[in-house]
Amino acid sequence: MAEKTSPYGFRYIGAKRRTKEDPRFVTGRGRFAADVQLPGMLHVAIVASPYPSARVKAFDTTAALALPGVRYVLTGAELCAAIDPMYVGVDAPKVKRYPLADGLVRYAGEWVAAVVAETRAIAEDAVELIEVDFEPQPHVVDPEVAVRADSVKVHPEHGSNVLFHRKFVWGDVDGAFARADHRLAFRARWGRSATVPIETFVAVAQWDAGNEILDIWASIQMPKYPDQVARALRLPGNAVRVHFDVDVGGSYGVKRGIKHTLLVAYLARKLGAPVRFLEDRLENMRGGDMHGPDRIFDMQVAFDQDGTIRAWKIKALDDVGAYAGRSPLQLGKPVSAICGPYRIPAVEYEPTSVMTHKTPQEAVRGFGQAPTNFAMECTIDRVARHLRMDRLVLRRKNLIRKDEFPYRIPSGTTYDSGDYHAVLDKALAAANYDELLHRRDEARRAGRLAGIGVSTCLEPSGGNSSFEPLFNPKNETTTWMDSCLVRVDLTGAITGVFGTSSAGQGHQTLVATVLGEVFERDPAGIRVIHADSLNALPSNSPVGSRMAIMLGGAAAGAARQIKETLIAIGAHNLGVGVDGVTYRDGDVFATIHPEKRLTWDQLVEIAHRKYHRMPPGVEPGLQAKFVWEVPTGGTMPTEDGQVQMYPCYSFESHVVYVEIDPDTGKPVLQRYVVGHDCGVMINPDIVHGMTYGGVAHGIGAALYEKFAFSDDGQLLSGTFMDYLIPSALEVPEIRIVDHCTPSPLTTFGQKGSGEAGYLGGPAAIACAINDALDPLGTEIAETPMSHLALWTLIRDARVKPQLKDAA
Amino acid sequence: MNEPTSTVSMTVNGASVQREIATRLSLVDFLRETLRLTGTHVGCEHGICGACSVLLDGDPVRACLMFAVQADGHAITTVEGLAAPDGTMSVLQDSFCETHGLQCGYCTPGMLIAAHALLEQNARPSTGQIRDAISGNLCRCTGYQQIVDAIQLAAQRRGDAVSLAAQRGGDAVSIAAQRAGDATR
Repeated sequence: MAEKTSPYGFRYIGAKRRTKEDPRFVTGRGRFAADVQLPGMLHVAIVASPYPSARVKAFDTTAALALPGVRYVLTGAELCAAIDPMYVGVDAPKVKRYPLADGLVRYAGEWVAAVVAETRAIAEDAVELIEVDFEPQPHVVDPEVAVRADSVKVHPEHGSNVLFHRKFVWGDVDGAFARADHRLAFRARWGRSATVPIETFVAVAQWDAGNEILDIWASIQMPKYPDQVARALRLPGNAVRVHFDVDVGGSYGVKRGIKHTLLVAYLARKLGAPVRFLEDRLENMRGGDMHGPDRIFDMQVAFDQDGTIRAWKIKALDDVGAYAGRSPLQLGKPVSAICGPYRIPAVEYEPTSVMTHKTPQEAVRGFGQAPTNFAMECTIDRVARHLRMDRLVLRRKNLIRKDEFPYRIPSGTTYDSGDYHAVLDKALAAANYDELLHRRDEARRAGRLAGIGVSTCLEPSGGNSSFEPLFNPKNETTTWMDSCLVRVDLTGAITGVFGTSSAGQGHQTLVATVLGEVFERDPAGIRVIHADSLNALPSNSPVGSRMAIMLGGAAAGAARQIKETLIAIGAHNLGVGVDGVTYRDGDVFATIHPEKRLTWDQLVEIAHRKYHRMPPGVEPGLQAKFVWEVPTGGTMPTEDGQVQMYPCYSFESHVVYVEIDPDTGKPVLQRYVVGHDCGVMINPDIVHGMTYGGVAHGIGAALYEKFAFSDDGQLLSGTFMDYLIPSALEVPEIRIVDHCTPSPLTTFGQKGSGEAGYLGGPAAIACAINDALDPLGTEIAETPMSHLALWTLIRDARVKPQLKDAA
Repeated sequence: MNEPTSTVSMTVNGASVQREIATRLSLVDFLRETLRLTGTHVGCEHGICGACSVLLDGDPVRACLMFAVQADGHAITTVEGLAAPDGTMSVLQDSFCETHGLQCGYCTPGMLIAAHALLEQNARPSTGQIRDAISGNLCRCTGYQQIVDAIQLAAQRRGDAVSLAAQRGGDAVSIAAQRAGDATR
């Protein structure tokens, strides 16, 4: 098939090339955790609490244990005594979490016992036979109630439901508010949703008693996963071998799976047999602990008559559910882009992380940035409506200009590069904006509800995790490295090795493309493997849109070391200095006498076999590792909470045209364009694919998806019949327009893109819907903007004037 | 175990199979666990996501909603059966690779089954017909765009292969290339 050449002048980077991963998946040869079949493997089913808050008084397991095929019933009392609590991201040591409840249940769906049987079906049958004596306790599900000092406590030992609270003030916020011509305040609400992969969590564990090693195959995407598993199980790190070569069936942040892993690991060791747990969908939705941010934003903004934004204050109350994990840190990432792409000199940010009796929150694509972008863009649009100023004029006035980079924002982060005006203009041109305006106005004249939305949003990428020290003074994390090992074997074949699993991001293609670029060898012949955790180099896993930057940089670094060795071997054998030779396509030749050359094969042969022809002091064998530190990382936050959190800033501008059926409230997205700048794209198909997918996630979060809870703490949307995932009929044709502002900080100018689409989509859709509602004099700032929510607003807006008239 | 068992006979990817199985075994578990055909995936187990789609006598069905015994006497095709016997990918499979119509690969087998069934019935589907045909298969990675592109490309290539007379000037990859080609730098 045709390969389009690189638009950047590279040989392989940026060219249209097929991925290395796709062929195995289209032929049914992927190897997912559920495909791992071990001899004598046992299966787990879960007993879950029906109550959001209850004491577990007693179990009757007699009937279950009597069922043929049942091997064991594990309860919380046994497990909690045998292992240590799971990691907590903030300083809250008394907020303890174990895979099974420690005697007190804190959300409906929390695991209280696990049955192990010869088949999954038998294990599930046995679950039905277990009787649990629960003593219901008071519960709290409203975060604004939970945050009060007199509220029912989710973790009484912690003394409060608040996990984290701080008010950051950067710049003269009060002065700006006092001096500005106008001030606005409003509330925006981001509903609880998640990226909900089609594959649920799966974990398989086997205890190798001979070597005292725990082998794990799991569907995970989790920083420090092997270390966290080892610590909780009270094992040294070198006794845990995580097999990262398992294909992960989607994650987008959520596949953390520590509790699933600890459960099967404990059981495998205890029972001396491999144990697998494969969640069913209801378990996944209510007890998989993968719900996303659930936030109330109280926004205030100060601005002048000419549209200049002087300052804003963001108060964010995030309902993290029953336990902590890394979820409070999702309020930390927005610090790195707290003024969005705008020149706002003074910002106040007051995040509060509060616990309720709901399913715990985990990391979701964007790590808290998508809700914040949504709230910020709603603010910009409200300012425009307040001033009756064109939204585009307002944005263009406040967007950071191309010539202002690198640009330091009030919270201490410097944005690397960008051309926001150009990307916005490209998106508008591709959407045929003028024609859209005409179409919208025509639709309105015909009595339809039509609106155009525009968003301009940032994607911080290449995360260094410095929200950890920012949110926890006891945590001094300042590095978040990633690494790659490269070898050239005696046959001349190139292999890249890295130490994390992949969930569709195309890391094998990424590494092969980068190695091919540096070595000037065809990536098609380059193999890339996932080492297990005992063979692997340090990695922090593919989170925070970081792998193009970090794994790409590491692969290039390792390849360059080997290339230098090849050049040294060539120069030595050609009898010239290293400055006198040229490396091309794997051969080394004397620059002024190109006929004097050593081919790739000859160089490789010397490095592996002919020590007598090696330059003195050069290591034989062709293998190199490179550990790449996050560019601009390595510093602790200042006293007032200023910190450089992400090195690279990708930018996206969405333009959306929507029409809403006034009789049903159903919005239809009739045009969808994304202008996108993530620097140099290593593989454009992969970047575009993730962006399309991010848009679809954004459509889901904006319009359809919600983990709804009743007042009595029950999850109401535990199946795909209630939790609505957009299909190909809800997601419209999407057009992406690329722009490239290279990052000055990375190896090839690349930035991150794993969260693209999702970070600007909900903001643009909300903007379009509010534009459509504007003639009715009503608006919405809450996700999901469901059909019912829109229908209700439309009806109220139409009924109210009639009531007024009647009065 | 004293579970009731049944004997099932069916054709799977062209080969006859006969097994004694638990009567309550679902078709997808039979394919995955008994026959070890792990290409077919399980996503929701309640008939919404479509990851478990297989062809039953040529029609796409949810293997999670059927018992294996219900497939007794029928012909099942899974993703493993879409390629030629020598392993050559079908035009559809190859088109998914060309447009990168997948990422994590989990929904992909079900998508291929739905798309295969569509193209068998409608050689030249419109974009709307393609979207309709795959609307029972959920994907969280792709936003469906490159999947729709892949199916369009496959339809075009299958058509081209059938009708040599209709040789066209346009490159078969033009759909994907157009979409990726908005880059202007």
